[in-house]
Formats: sequence, structure tokens, C-alpha cells
Amino acid sequence: MSDQPSYWKVFLTFARNSLVRDMTFRVNFLIQCVTSMCWALMNLGFYLLIFHYTAQIGPDSGWGKHEFFVFLATTWMINSVVQAFFMPNAQEFSELIRTGGLDFALLKPIDTQFLISFQKVEWSSLSNFGVALVLLAYSLWELTHRAADPLVINPAMALLYPMYLAFGVCILYSLMISLAATSIWLGRNQTLYNFWFYITNFSRYPMEIYQGGFGDPLRIVFTYLIPILVVVNVPARLLAQPISSRDSWAPLAAFAVVATIGSLLGSRWVFKRALLSYRSASS
Amino acid sequence: MTSPLEFMLQYVLQPKNMLKHELQRSIISRNAMYARLCTWKTILRICLEERLVYRGDFALGTLMRFLPIVTQIFLWSAIFAARSEDTLAGYTYHDMVAYYLLTMVARAFSSMPGLASGIALQIRTGEIKKFIIQPIDLLGFLLLNRIAHKAVYYTVATLPFAFVFFLCRDYFEISPDLPRVAAFVASLLMGFLLGYFLEASIGLVGFWFLEVSSLLFVYMLFSFFLSGHMFPLDMLPEPFHTLVDLAPLKYMAYFPAAILLGKVPTESLVRELALEAAWLAFFVVLSRYLYRRGLTRYSGFGG
Repeated sequence: MSDQPSYWKVFLTFARNSLVRDMTFRVNFLIQCVTSMCWALMNLGFYLLIFHYTAQIGPDSGWGKHEFFVFLATTWMINSVVQAFFMPNAQEFSELIRTGGLDFALLKPIDTQFLISFQKVEWSSLSNFGVALVLLAYSLWELTHRAADPLVINPAMALLYPMYLAFGVCILYSLMISLAATSIWLGRNQTLYNFWFYITNFSRYPMEIYQGGFGDPLRIVFTYLIPILVVVNVPARLLAQPISSRDSWAPLAAFAVVATIGSLLGSRWVFKRALLSYRSASS
Repeated sequence: MTSPLEFMLQYVLQPKNMLKHELQRSIISRNAMYARLCTWKTILRICLEERLVYRGDFALGTLMRFLPIVTQIFLWSAIFAARSEDTLAGYTYHDMVAYYLLTMVARAFSSMPGLASGIALQIRTGEIKKFIIQPIDLLGFLLLNRIAHKAVYYTVATLPFAFVFFLCRDYFEISPDLPRVAAFVASLLMGFLLGYFLEASIGLVGFWFLEVSSLLFVYMLFSFFLSGHMFPLDMLPEPFHTLVDLAPLKYMAYFPAAILLGKVPTESLVRELALEAAWLAFFVVLSRYLYRRGLTRYSGFGG
């Protein structure tokens, strides 16, 4: 027997345990699924209303109704994965620090960040992933079958899209775990948690909308400094608006790779630094 | 004999069960009323102090609450830029920005975080017993509690609000006259009371359901999209527009903003405000009724 635990097996155990717990309260689980799907559908209603008044978001931005729905589906997919796998854990982490429960996590013979990040899976959040898939399929069908300039999906797009989805999830995960880790220094970080919510709010729209004296700096900060704008923008654009009109696309896609690696390394560093400052709470 | 004021205090602000009522009426005096005012003052003071413990966090949190509005402003800017006309459902781009900022003010009055779930929790855990055995009315106590919370909130939040409104002063292309401002203030105050009694009613359903989170969720879902918090309700196509216009949710966010932006014609101001007052009266009576009926159902055990 080796000393190294099998991370994959441990993760599967976590996932199974969470599923068992969810299935214990089946009706509650169903209600949660319906709940998050209702929010998504209401949101869709809002955008349908907007496209009732306008043909696209931003002049000549290319984000017409169905292109934007691809964007929206991408947002939902990434968010549902983050909410299912990381959100409950980040919340728990702050509590562990406050109550001193982190002691037990530190004692276990497994990487602490791994243990903290994957312990719980909120399966019901994945219901939005299903809704997003349906919306994505519908929008792509509309885009590929429209009369003028139909979209052609090539194998490279089909391959790169899920890859960039994963990159997006990684960037959001890094941001979340870094913010959660700061609660070691701050004791409790309800405001910081809200901060995460508000910050990611910026990633929900195509980056072209951030323009003007105030918008340009905002776009640059949230693209290059805190790379949350690349999270959804790159994969969504990859699928909905192939290279044709967007000349600035390729550098951005390349940057997304750098941003992902940078965020992961950065968050690892923040996490380790924060752990060094951990002083436990009570016994 | 009780004076009309005492009568009102007794019946409107503290109607508990009838037996106790009769007893109280026979012994009430000026001293009792003074004592009650003192109780209110004390409750208010306690709530104020409790609220001011984390004021730094509070002010920062208030400023952050404007961040989602920033993205909304950019979104609408992009939408207006892509349109050939200057107005959308009667709103110019500047109107739209002003609208979102004003709904923030309206929601600062009407939103009641944790009220319904708090009441349901008190029913479930049996904490509500203290309101049965003490001469304090649950709805009155919680109302004072909310007034204190809101008072502190406005004290701390005025600065961030003023800052943001100053930054966005150019978006306000309005010159409201006195009646309009008065109607705006009245709609804010009624919005607060309406929000309170509506959410309290939902919480009191806990006497029957125990867990109201799913009911609360439905309310929140509709309130989020149909109070006008997300978009001006004038954008809705018929028949949804008429339906939403008659529902009480619009008073939580849309209505005060619409008054100040001149979206409600002056001649129908009084009628609209009267309609809001009618909804308010409905929810006051409903919450009172639910509380009274709920208490007869309630059974508490142990200490």
C-alpha cells in the first residue's frame, strides 16, 4: 500500500456520499432542482423581453438573440458546475476556520486544499447544467439553420469549447478559494463572500458592453488583473462567433490559457500562505 | 373611559386574544400608556444598538450593493446603442439609469431580509411562546425592530447613496413638483409597511406549514422579476402588464421610481396611492387574522 491516497477515489467517495445524503431527502432535492431551474427560466424571460426591444446587445457586436443565448447557456453551465462542486465547500471553509474545525482537516493525510475544495457536492445545482444544454442545443440549431450566414461548427470548435469551459471553471474556483482563504486572516468574511457574488456578476455579459471612459478600464481590470471576463466570453465567443469578424479573438483565447494557469497557481499560493497564519480556534 | 388614541393603540397595535383584551381595557390608564411608550422606546434603543455593532462592514456592504447596478447600466447602454430610436418603452437611456438607482432607494425601504423566515423559525422552535406569555405583541415588536433596523441602515447608507447619486446626477433629467415628491415619499413609507406586512403574512403561514422556505422562494422569485427591480415594468407586453400593474409587488420597487420619473400621470397619483393603501390595509388585516388564527392552532411544549 502506498502512502499517497488515491485522490480520484477519494473524490468519488465524496461525490457518492453527497449523493446518498441528497437522496435521503428526495423531495427536498427535487424542490431544489425545480427552484434553480425556475430562476434560470425567469432570467431567460428577462432576456427574451430585452430582445423584444432590440436585435442585438451593443451596436455591431454580433451578439444577436441566439448568439447571446449561447453565451447565456455557457454562463449557466460554468456557474452550475461551480455551484455544485465548489460553492458549498467554500462556504464550509469559512465556518471551519471560525469554529476551529480546520484542525481536523489539517491532520488528515491528504492535501488540505483538495480536502477543503471537494468534500461536498451539491448535486441539485447540476440541474441548471441540463437546462443550459437544452438552451445551447436550441440556439445552435437556430444559428446553424438560419438563412443568412449560417454558423458552421467544425471539430476544433467542438473540442475547444468544453476545454475552455473547464478553464472558466478553474478561474472561478481559484477566485473563490482565494477569497475563502482570506477568512483565515479576517476571521469571518461575509462581505468578501458577497464580493465574490458581485464580482462574478461582471462575467455574465459580453465584454463588448464595457466601453467608454469608465467601461474600458473596468474591462481591462476584469480581463487581465482579475480574469473573470474571459471565463464565459472566450468559450461562448468560440462557439457563437467564430473568428470571422473578431480579429482580437486569438490573443484573448491564448491569454485565457495563461490566465487559468496563473489563477490556479496564484490561488494555491494564497491558500498555503493563509494556512501558515492559521492559529486554530479554541480546543 | 378610554380615549380614542388609547383605543387605537390597544386595538390596532396590540390586539391579542379577546379575553386579555377586555382585561387590559378595564385597567388601562395614562400610566399604562406611558409604560407602553417606554417599552417601545426601549425596544427601539436595543435594536439600534444591536445594529450599530458592525457599522464599518455595513457601510462597505452598502456600497457594494451598487455593483450589480453598474453591470445593468452597461447592459442598457449597449442595448440603447444598438437601437435606432432614443426611447425604449418610454424610457430614455438616462431615464433607465435613474430608474435603477431609484429602485435601489425603493428597495431600501421595502425589502425585509429574514423577516418571514425568522417568524417561521420562531414558530417552529417554539420561541414564539415568549410573545404569548409576555404582554408584547409579536407584529408590533417586529415592526419596531424593523423600524430600528431601517433607521440605522439609512443613517449608515446615506453617505454611499449620496455618493452614487452625486456621481450619477446627470442622469436625472427630472424636475418633480411638490405633489410628486410628496407622493414619492408616501409611496416609500407605504412600501416599507407593505413589505413588512406582506412578508410577515408569509412568515405566519408557518403556523400551518412550519417550513415556509418553498413559499418564500416563490414569493422571492416573483418579487425579483415583477417588482420592477430587474427592469421597468412598462416594458412588459399585454396582458402581463395589466396583471402586474394590479398586483401589490410593483409597490416594492417600480412604483416610487415611476412616480419620480413622471411615469405615473399626475391625475392618477391619488388613485394609485389609494390602491397601494388598500393593498396595505389588506395585508395588515391578513397578518392580524393569520396571527390570531395561528395562535389558536399553536401548541408549545416544554421550556
